[in-house]
Amino acid sequence: MRVLGIETSCDETGVAICDSEKGLIADALYSQVEMHTQYGGVVPELASRDHIRKVIPLVKEVLQMANMDKSEISAIAFTRGPGLMGALLVGATAARTLAWSLKIPAIGIHHMEGHLLAPMLEKEKPKFPFIALLVSGGHTQLIRVDKLGNYTLLGESLDDAVGEAFDKTAKLLGLPYPGGPSLAKLAEKGNTDRFHFPRPMTNRPGLDFSFSGLKTFAITTVRDNPDDDQTRADIACAFQEAVVDTMVIKCRRAIKETGLKTLVVAGGVGANLRLREALGVEIKRLGGKLYFPGLKYCTDNGAMIAYAGCIRLLQGQEPEESFQPRPRWPLEELF
Amino acid sequence: MKILAIETSTEACSVALLDKDKCNEFHEIVPQKHTERLLPMLDELLTECKTDISEINYIAFGCGPGAFTGIRIACSAAQAISFSQDIPIIPISTLAGLAHGAAKKYNSSKIIPCIDARMQEVYWANYSFEANSGKVTLAGEEQVISPEATNISFNKGNNEIIAIGSGWLTYKELLTERHSKYKIIQSEIEYPHAKDIAEIAKIKIADGNVKQAEDALPTYLRNKVTHQKRG
Ligand SMILES: Nc1ncnc2c1ncn2[C@@H]1O[C@H](COP(=O)(O)OP(=O)(O)O)[C@@H](O)[C@H]1O
Repeated sequence: MRVLGIETSCDETGVAICDSEKGLIADALYSQVEMHTQYGGVVPELASRDHIRKVIPLVKEVLQMANMDKSEISAIAFTRGPGLMGALLVGATAARTLAWSLKIPAIGIHHMEGHLLAPMLEKEKPKFPFIALLVSGGHTQLIRVDKLGNYTLLGESLDDAVGEAFDKTAKLLGLPYPGGPSLAKLAEKGNTDRFHFPRPMTNRPGLDFSFSGLKTFAITTVRDNPDDDQTRADIACAFQEAVVDTMVIKCRRAIKETGLKTLVVAGGVGANLRLREALGVEIKRLGGKLYFPGLKYCTDNGAMIAYAGCIRLLQGQEPEESFQPRPRWPLEELF
Repeated sequence: MKILAIETSTEACSVALLDKDKCNEFHEIVPQKHTERLLPMLDELLTECKTDISEINYIAFGCGPGAFTGIRIACSAAQAISFSQDIPIIPISTLAGLAHGAAKKYNSSKIIPCIDARMQEVYWANYSFEANSGKVTLAGEEQVISPEATNISFNKGNNEIIAIGSGWLTYKELLTERHSKYKIIQSEIEYPHAKDIAEIAKIKIADGNVKQAEDALPTYLRNKVTHQKRG
């Protein structure tokens, strides 16, 4: 079975083909980040306008990469939500109509499930059950995954998502959008000992997060200190250490509470190398196993949607007629 | 020659199949429900016409102006059909579609299609119709404009015009007052029909005016969709 996956939930158009035997066989991505950079964030209407220019060209590109004719596609998977309504609609309409026209099934995928399963695109795949740390621009969640479609929320951010906290703090430091990667880069030049940021919600029990306090702390730190390159790097470094440390503490807790020893990290912030390193050390200490998606499958991509579609169809999920997107769609509602 | 047409730029979800001179259309008013109705309606249409999708030679769609999400539904769907069936695609102006519908019905030569564009603006155009060729022709440009600033620029012949589209209903008084030197015949047609999109497409095909899937894009007219750039 060969599944074409289409992702258009936010500011990347991703298209890929997943083969049920061979895994991922083609993958193409168009990022709109540059366009949105000039507005300091994603402009939804412009995102939709860009997706519609890119979907068909990317479908053509992946078919060529896989040396396949469109008649050889067995099914189509598309991101149904959560995400931007207008952006989702472009991918959903294209995917659903392609499937209709080719007389093959189409299946709507939950974007976060895509992220969650992205580590399975790697050679060494995690096995159920596991704990997933989902960290992106819109989500910060710890989830217990017993099997496909069986998700229990263990904890989540009560305010800003971690990616959002990175982006806002980066902006404060004068770094370009999207701030996460630029802040991480700046932090490399920083000194860990100069500033100390709090580790929010770690000295009381529970698996929830809160990141808005860190942002406020960053504001006062910037205000009370000289405005020079080294200071900015030191603040970036202290901020990142606090975020990473907080996540390490919560993951340790989740492992202890559930008794599950496999941790899967997914979502855009999973690209953060400092987080990867720190979690690696911690999981090793706890005798568990840690899985990450490849760096390019941390942020939005079509590969994870094609893969999720493939395994859901193999599992016998019925395709649907409607392609109405679900911009807000809690992961726990999946089954 | 079979032309399939899709029009979803307003509250109407409209699909039509033009086979030589025979045209079948399914037209429903389904605000916010285009995603649920479009493909079932296409199925019903093809069944009624005893036609398989593989027998379609051209795909046409109403490319706007109109509701942004609506025109993207028609465009994405039409692109997908064009690509998957390897057939040419023909984007057709929604305003031209309205004008064509009015022209046939009233057999009149001056038509002003007008669609409510929200934000106190309308999509507006002046179209003339030639009975011989059966063509509607745009005079000047299609515009997104405040109703107070709209113009009618026909200067030949009688002063009778056909007013068609939702915009005329939303701004009825304002527009009739502003254009009071014309004898306005108000059409009760509010929304564009896929049938008219298909018929205009047929003329374009004869002129060799067709595109490849990814080159057929929406016409938004309103391009100011962001606030000022920040710092
Ligand atoms: N190396 C990094 N360090 C920290 N944050 C990062 C890094 N790379 C990406 N991010 C953050 O990840 C988020 C984007 O992730 P993504 O999964 O695409 O999120 P969403 O789909 O919710 O927008 C952004 O907030 C971005 O700043």
